[in-house]
Amino acid sequence: MTELNPVLELRKVDKSFGPIDVLHEISLSVREGEVLCLLGDNGAGKSTLIKTMAGVHQPTRGEILMDGNPISFRGPREAQEAGIATVHQFGGTFPLMSISRSFFAGMEPTKGWGPFKIFDRQKANEVAVREVQNFGITRVEDGDRLVGGLSGGERQSLAIARAVYFGARILILDEPTAALGVKQSAHVLRIVNEAKRRGLAVIFITHQVMHALSVGDHFAVLIRGAIAADFKKGEKTREEITDLMAGGESMADLEEAISGTA
Amino acid sequence: MLEKTNNTAGQTESVRNEQKFAFGLSEFIRSPAMGAFIGMLIVFLIFTMFGYHRNFLSIAGLANWMNFASTVGIIAIPVAFLMISGELDISTGAVMPASAMMLGISVNHYDFPMWLGIVSTLMMASCVGLINGVLVTRTQVPSFIVTLATLFAVGGLTLALSDLLINNTNVSLKSPDWAKAVFGTRYFGFRTSVFWWLGLIAVFWYFLHRSPWGNWVFAMGGDAESARNAGIPVNRMKIWLFILCAVCTSLAGILQVIQFNSAQSATFFNMIFFTIIASVVGGVLLNGGAGSVIGVVFGTMTLGIVQQGINYTEIDRNYSLLIIGVMLLIAVLMNGTFQRLATSWSQTKEGCLI
Repeated sequence: MTELNPVLELRKVDKSFGPIDVLHEISLSVREGEVLCLLGDNGAGKSTLIKTMAGVHQPTRGEILMDGNPISFRGPREAQEAGIATVHQFGGTFPLMSISRSFFAGMEPTKGWGPFKIFDRQKANEVAVREVQNFGITRVEDGDRLVGGLSGGERQSLAIARAVYFGARILILDEPTAALGVKQSAHVLRIVNEAKRRGLAVIFITHQVMHALSVGDHFAVLIRGAIAADFKKGEKTREEITDLMAGGESMADLEEAISGTA
Repeated sequence: MLEKTNNTAGQTESVRNEQKFAFGLSEFIRSPAMGAFIGMLIVFLIFTMFGYHRNFLSIAGLANWMNFASTVGIIAIPVAFLMISGELDISTGAVMPASAMMLGISVNHYDFPMWLGIVSTLMMASCVGLINGVLVTRTQVPSFIVTLATLFAVGGLTLALSDLLINNTNVSLKSPDWAKAVFGTRYFGFRTSVFWWLGLIAVFWYFLHRSPWGNWVFAMGGDAESARNAGIPVNRMKIWLFILCAVCTSLAGILQVIQFNSAQSATFFNMIFFTIIASVVGGVLLNGGAGSVIGVVFGTMTLGIVQQGINYTEIDRNYSLLIIGVMLLIAVLMNGTFQRLATSWSQTKEGCLI
């Protein structure tokens, strides 16, 4: 695995908004078929980092390389065209649209000619149902059903299936399990594994250590905009990671802090 | 045993075929347009009961409310498009008289040829639509406020300019025969606007439900941020929808002034309510993301029956506003229920199949 060249690599990326430095010297890399887990507490700079990778922000210093070549995106659209897809916690699907219309939103398959092009519902339904089922949501049989009838986990899966279908090579998942229950989270984690099996480079952002440990190959802990730890699967225990995320405080420190205020 | 298996297989097959055959119907039953259709049917039946001896069912009775519905309907569908995409346009109440006045003044007082008057009126309206669209997409101010502002601005400008240019707030218009035939005469008792409406229904239905752009409209209203991420040019699309709405409103004004040979510059506030009521009664969600052209057509017809058809029944005319109010309330509650039903198929899927 490690012999493969990274698909996406960040080298000493800094990002500041005016006088405020949000990211300091972030260096990361992710390879095909690998899941990189970005762990961090709220406010650690996770979303800025995601947006920098997804082309929303441009790095102030440092460079981003894709397949070894330096790249710079002027907007999220360019990043998407290059194969970097971001799936957000809630977004990506439209509750009151049918599964197939939602799947193809913005990329509608059409038949017909010129101004008389019509949305090819049959084809859209076929493809959407097939792709979603391949990702393990087997109860979806009818592409005309509304997305609103899907569970939160299934919607995430739909969004991931969509990104993969439209040629994503790097999948950025922004806290996909944050709002989900245990069962739904397991569903999404299975989808993450499926994406990995298909050779995608997955960047999985979460603050749930359990979820990260269950799918991750490589972990990076973000604290106050800097990488505080960078390690591979099996190098650290769950407790150590949780302590790291809390900024070096251990459970004992936390307990002390709580009892101190009480 | 074998026979039994065959039997079930055959049954499944026939169920499947039935489903395919009945798909159009089942899609319709599930859609919010169904509520609008039932609502219209109920209103129609009640009015028939009270209006049978007052010619409610005659061609004249039908034409009477259809004429009214057509003017509202031409504007209501693009208003519904905006509502589906998560916006609202209430400047229609000013754009309609402004267009009627502009055509009247330019043709009658400045001797514009009719075609040039119509083209420049439509251009003026598209400018208003463009301003609405640009302001809404650039400033993030809710479209209700933006179009409220343009409603008053355009309304005031119409009054001031007509007073300034022709020293009168009303204008009369003599139209050439071809313009009368195309825009402002009657065929079988129905105003020309009814036929324009029917034609536009077909075009708009195709746009919203068949063309790929329709998908964009729904996606924008469902979740603008996701739509943007999916590569849909949300802002550009919204601006076009505002322009479309203003142009259709302008067309309604043009049809009116040519039909009646005169126009008034007073802002037509009722039109704002009529178009919104027609959309909501037609199953369009106020917060966007769902709706249908057919539903809005039913909503408009229902409004037409209650507002105008009432004159052909024994029901006191004064009750029409009350009926509209109650209807609107029921529609809003029903839209919510339909939305819940439509998104809860995980539980009711088995039931749906039967």
